[in-house]
Amino acid sequence: MTLSILHRATGVFLSLGLVLLVAWLASLAAGEQAHASFTAFATSWPVQVLVGLMLISFCYHLANGVRHLVWDLGRGLERHQARASGRAVVVFTVLASAVVLYLAFFHGGRP
Amino acid sequence: MSNAANALTRVLGLGSAHEGAHHWRTQRLTALALLLLGPWLLVSLLLLPDLSFATLRAWVGGLVNASLLLILVVAACWHSQLGVQVVAEDYTRGATRIVLLIANAFVHIVLAALGVLSILRLALGA
Repeated sequence: MTLSILHRATGVFLSLGLVLLVAWLASLAAGEQAHASFTAFATSWPVQVLVGLMLISFCYHLANGVRHLVWDLGRGLERHQARASGRAVVVFTVLASAVVLYLAFFHGGRP
Repeated sequence: MSNAANALTRVLGLGSAHEGAHHWRTQRLTALALLLLGPWLLVSLLLLPDLSFATLRAWVGGLVNASLLLILVVAACWHSQLGVQVVAEDYTRGATRIVLLIANAFVHIVLAALGVLSILRLALGA
């Protein structure tokens, strides 16, 4: 239940990430100055916080999305299976987010 | 409705809403594409030596990268539009719902067009 509403919340939040992604591509296509403006915007701390949250949301939405795809195949629908896969999603999200955030923010460049 | 039309409808997977199955299928198909292309983009960007204008431009402009990015942007816009649509349909009603659904479609079409054109421009060097 909680995980299900989180899937929607992270999904809608990631739609904002899509706006950022397209803005990033458009700034690259528009030229060096536009890209510099975008970089200045994207590296400001509020946007960096948003990007960090988007990376976590992406890890969660991806893992829970796989869970939904498996359910669509008619598998893993028993209550104990759904509980186990729910726990797996949470563990994956924590581990994957830790790795991605570390690589993005502390290991060289910015996301 | 004749029996033949009924049978055809069943084969085409149309329910009473006439597009539910298509919505469902597209949502899953784009999910599958994003499952592969999302991590690909993330890892690719993390592996770049730096995120300077020149580096990024060269990376996005590559034939394979540009092709995959095109699919990624289209799949992401489509998936996002379908997802937000479900949320809007579930939590709003009446005029609010109609306005949200139209705005949702409009914004995502603009995003897709802008994204696709940007990638094409970078790939074709225009």
